[in-house]
Amino acid sequence: MTMINRLVHQGAFLPVLTVVASLIVIWYAGAVYLNSTQLIDRYQKKGVDWDISRLAQDAWKMERPVLPAPHQVGVELKKTVLDKRVTSKRSLVYHAGITLSSSLLGFALGTLLGIVLAIGIVYVTTLDRSLMPWIIASQTVPILALAPMIIVVLGSVGITGLFPKSVISMYLCFFPVVVGMVKGLRSPEPILIDQMRTYSASSTQVFFKLRLPASIPFLFASLKVAIALSVVGAIVAELPTGGQGGLGARLLTGSYYGQITMIWSALIVASVVSALLVTVVGRLERIALRKLNGGQAVAV
Amino acid sequence: MTQTAQPGSAVVHTANLSLEFSTDDGPVHALSNINLDIAPGEFISLIGPSGCGKTTLLRVIADLETHTGGEIEVNGVSPREARESRAYGYVFQAPALYPWRTVRRNVMLPLEIMGVSRQAREARCAHYLDLVNLDGFENKYPWQLSGGMQQRVSIARALSVEPELLLMDEPFGALDEITRDHLNQQLLDLWRKTGKTVVFVTHSIPEAVFLSSRVVVMSPRPGQVIDDISCNLSRERTLDIRETHEFLEIAHRVRDGLKAGHSYDDD
Ligand SMILES: Nc1ncnc2c1ncn2[C@@H]1O[C@H](COP(=O)(O)OP(=O)(O)O)[C@@H](O)[C@H]1O
Ligand SMILES: [Mg+2]
Repeated sequence: MTMINRLVHQGAFLPVLTVVASLIVIWYAGAVYLNSTQLIDRYQKKGVDWDISRLAQDAWKMERPVLPAPHQVGVELKKTVLDKRVTSKRSLVYHAGITLSSSLLGFALGTLLGIVLAIGIVYVTTLDRSLMPWIIASQTVPILALAPMIIVVLGSVGITGLFPKSVISMYLCFFPVVVGMVKGLRSPEPILIDQMRTYSASSTQVFFKLRLPASIPFLFASLKVAIALSVVGAIVAELPTGGQGGLGARLLTGSYYGQITMIWSALIVASVVSALLVTVVGRLERIALRKLNGGQAVAV
Repeated sequence: MTQTAQPGSAVVHTANLSLEFSTDDGPVHALSNINLDIAPGEFISLIGPSGCGKTTLLRVIADLETHTGGEIEVNGVSPREARESRAYGYVFQAPALYPWRTVRRNVMLPLEIMGVSRQAREARCAHYLDLVNLDGFENKYPWQLSGGMQQRVSIARALSVEPELLLMDEPFGALDEITRDHLNQQLLDLWRKTGKTVVFVTHSIPEAVFLSSRVVVMSPRPGQVIDDISCNLSRERTLDIRETHEFLEIAHRVRDGLKAGHSYDDD
């Protein structure tokens, strides 16, 4: 298994590198293209003679570019991630920490809510018919419109800080968990359910010995989606609460002051956080499924 | 033709038992007027072409399906009460093992559910795994076993409940002939030693005749009993008996029964 793993990883390394390299090239080209209007304007005003290489050089070192070049974002990242103390309000690590904690709390709450709702739906026939349409409807409301209202409403009853932001993550997270868990709890084959009946097992026993273990693969598939959504939720929640920090607040500050490089840095840190979280859930999934399959290799 | 046990002492008693499934294409008569009395200690095989209602009959006895006409009693009570008092062990056509449980924990599953003490669970598990020749495989997972071994685990699991009545639905149907012969011999030994009542579904004539004290021949559309044959072969029989005149005669009668039930028709 580890050998297959290694081969797959080695096999994936070169293609990934190629993609990253092409993206960087496209990014540099894009920076020239998107910043060119502004620069050419300036050249014409000053009557400067310019060619494409001068344009490129200038495009890649602008103070306030429309699209910063990768190395400019790199410099900003170094400044805000590595050079600042993590307790400083100018450190992106500090802001990422804020976003991470509300994501994780929201993820935990959403997962819990999702599992509880799924159990209700699977065990209570009336809930199955009455709840599911509402759950689906809940996800058609644009979160961007809903987030400020949730923050304001909760704020007006004195709930501020981490919790209201987590509520928005939870709102996004619970959905994939409900859908996956309902499917998972219903996944045992009829023959296994019949067999439980021949043992005259109680529904609690059927739940803990059969339905719950059978749902674990479905749960993890949902958790991978949910964890990524939880970061989106936390960032969206931080937009209206700008002052309190977090990567969302950095995005807002960046756009407020026209600091595009700052926005890009925050975005990159946000995707790194998401990617790390998804990876961690993926690892846990592998471990859990391996255990569930008695050490048999599982394709995830 | 039909043997009747003393009323009340029968393990399974049916009178005009019928079952009609309602489907989108109209009703399906899976069972029609089944009259069957199964006495304690009998080994009964239900034989017939596929679709003749063998599984359905077994499922009605097990209270996995509810009859729509006639009567049925299991141990003198309704199938539901019998099921709730855990009167039988059921072996399904497929092994129905839990992939996340080892062989040992698979066998112990019904015992956990029935609240058997840990010590007794361990002891019974070891005993019945030994009986189906699977000692040493306790800690393997189902995916590490062959189909035949998986089915043996499933049989050990049903036996570990120590039911007086064993319902088996084509338990060896998916196995190769060598494994099948071997398991037939083991099952016969077990039956002889324990005196359990066994209802065994098969569509193999030699298997039915070899194992049973009685063969019930069924025919489809609607599922009914068309012959009921007692086989008084020696209880101490081995596979060699299949070449004897007695054996072939009973097998012949079973085949005749199947023919009369149009089991060999081309429809
Ligand atoms: N749940 C069901 N719904 C509708 N028809 C069924 C159902 N189960 C079995 N049948 C039908 O009942 C008949 C008997 O089936 P079954 O007992 O499985 O036959 P056998 O086990 O002898 O092959 C078949 O015609 C089958 O299609
Ligand atoms: Mg069948």
